[in-house]
Amino acid sequence: MSARPVSRGLLSAASSKHLRSIVPRVAAFHSITPKNDQSNSEPVTHFGFQTVKASLKATKVAEVFSSVASSYDTMNDVMSFGIHRLWKDHFVRSLNPGRRPGGQPMSILDVAGGTGDIAFRMLDHSEKVNGDRETTVLCTDINADMLREGEKRAIQGGYDSNRISFCVENAETLESIPDNSIDLYTISFGIRNVTSIPKALKSAHRVLKPGGVFACLEFSKVSPAPLDAIYQQYSFSIIPLMGQLVAGDRDSYQYLVESIKRFPSQSEFARMIKDAGLANVGKGYEELTFGVASIWKGVKPLE
Amino acid sequence: MNSLVLRPVIRRTGLLRDLPKAFAPQFAPFTSLSRPPPNYEGHVPLTVPERGLLAVGSAVISLLNPRRGDLIAALGEATATPYFIYRLRDAMLSSPTGRRILKDRPRINSTTMSMEKLRKLPDGTVGREYVAWLDKEGVSPDTRSQVRYIDDPECAYVMQRYRECHDFYHALTGLPIIVEGEVALKAFEFANTLIPMTGLSMFALARLRAEERRRALTMYFPWAIRNGLQAKEVINIYWEEELETDVEELRKRIGLEKPPDLRKIRAELKAQKKAEKTVRESVEH
Repeated sequence: MSARPVSRGLLSAASSKHLRSIVPRVAAFHSITPKNDQSNSEPVTHFGFQTVKASLKATKVAEVFSSVASSYDTMNDVMSFGIHRLWKDHFVRSLNPGRRPGGQPMSILDVAGGTGDIAFRMLDHSEKVNGDRETTVLCTDINADMLREGEKRAIQGGYDSNRISFCVENAETLESIPDNSIDLYTISFGIRNVTSIPKALKSAHRVLKPGGVFACLEFSKVSPAPLDAIYQQYSFSIIPLMGQLVAGDRDSYQYLVESIKRFPSQSEFARMIKDAGLANVGKGYEELTFGVASIWKGVKPLE
Repeated sequence: MNSLVLRPVIRRTGLLRDLPKAFAPQFAPFTSLSRPPPNYEGHVPLTVPERGLLAVGSAVISLLNPRRGDLIAALGEATATPYFIYRLRDAMLSSPTGRRILKDRPRINSTTMSMEKLRKLPDGTVGREYVAWLDKEGVSPDTRSQVRYIDDPECAYVMQRYRECHDFYHALTGLPIIVEGEVALKAFEFANTLIPMTGLSMFALARLRAEERRRALTMYFPWAIRNGLQAKEVINIYWEEELETDVEELRKRIGLEKPPDLRKIRAELKAQKKAEKTVRESVEH
């Protein structure tokens, strides 16, 4: 994927593959190990249309990416002081995924799901709160490496492969996902990286079933103004610096804070969601932590 | 302090002459939200508190994890101003070769230094020793990060040049890349170039075993300080022109003695310990 040798990747501790992946990749999501390896008796699991061996035999690329992925996880904790975990927990809890009493199991699509943060929370909530082990999550991302890391974590977490699958997809097109097939579409800290947000919203509208829910967790505008001033200073001063110290990658985090600044305001984005044909729920959004992050929800109208 | 040290120190630092210039700020005061445009590609102007935070953070993390070469580099850049990098740049300006280096701005990487050509040079030449050392230690000239946090473009080049020449200093002194060798070389570099990061690297002594630390302090530090002060400024060596020079001749020209061979000493001690162990075990049986 990257031209740099593996050892250099380890020493520099991170690459910017994840945050800079805006350009769609041709769906070249190869399996990690050859399919017909009879000599090895390790258990194999199926994920979507790929066969993956247990994580012990991960390739060097996958190993390098794990160290990169773990430094990104550390960065998420460092930047948000661990609060991103609370946001994600609240996001999933407020959506209440899983079969309702007397209802059907859900089919959930988590876009830009990367390493599976939200997907695993959805499965856990469905099982523990709603006693539902049949709800499925399709976790997509434009970056195959992030998905590979997600697959590894799914194996490690013991998630059954018929409950979760991984697939390379561009959020703007969602090519392989049929119309009107998804009950719950989620995108968490991913929509701001999409080149054309209206296109992504249109795709969301297409794949959702009538009555299906669109939910987006994303960084938003902080208010009141004095707090915003402090937040801006923190964003542009501390975050890229922490990126350099923790992940060895100042540029990706500079990009991150710039993309947060560029993202539309809460009400503007709620309007964009409405324009894409998804009816707003209430005022359309719920602010978290003074507006540092917000949850937007939309519903595809019944015909 | 004896005059052997004092006079070279005064000459090297030239504090009284350079003080006012070296503390002049590069930019009008700015904040992280209104950074001035970069002076060169990759340049990030940092505010004073940001530089302080970068210095402290990179010092702590690189001490705990010495494989973070990028942070050691960042520490060097964050602590180079005020004064120290200007002094080094002025030392280059005071020498004819240094001035030529600043004019030509040569870079050292695997494209500009053909490893194949260097390997063909006769033994004992600077180029041959350099590539032999690179091969033995398993390092490449491409692992050096770009300077980003020094505002003056010429001083940024001086820091980049120092960073890229570091492997040549290894080849010149014969010190290996293990922590012990690096600390000894950094002590020499501090006495010679006065770059603060090299002085701060002395904290890495805490990472050594007691025996290694004792050897560093009693054998290598006196060598480093004595030679660092009395030798000519190594930053002024135009390495690209010295590739075919005999190493001994170059050392004599700049006034540098070769330090004791660290790898040999360690190998001998290891063999000795092993011999003692086998003797002990045979006695027990």
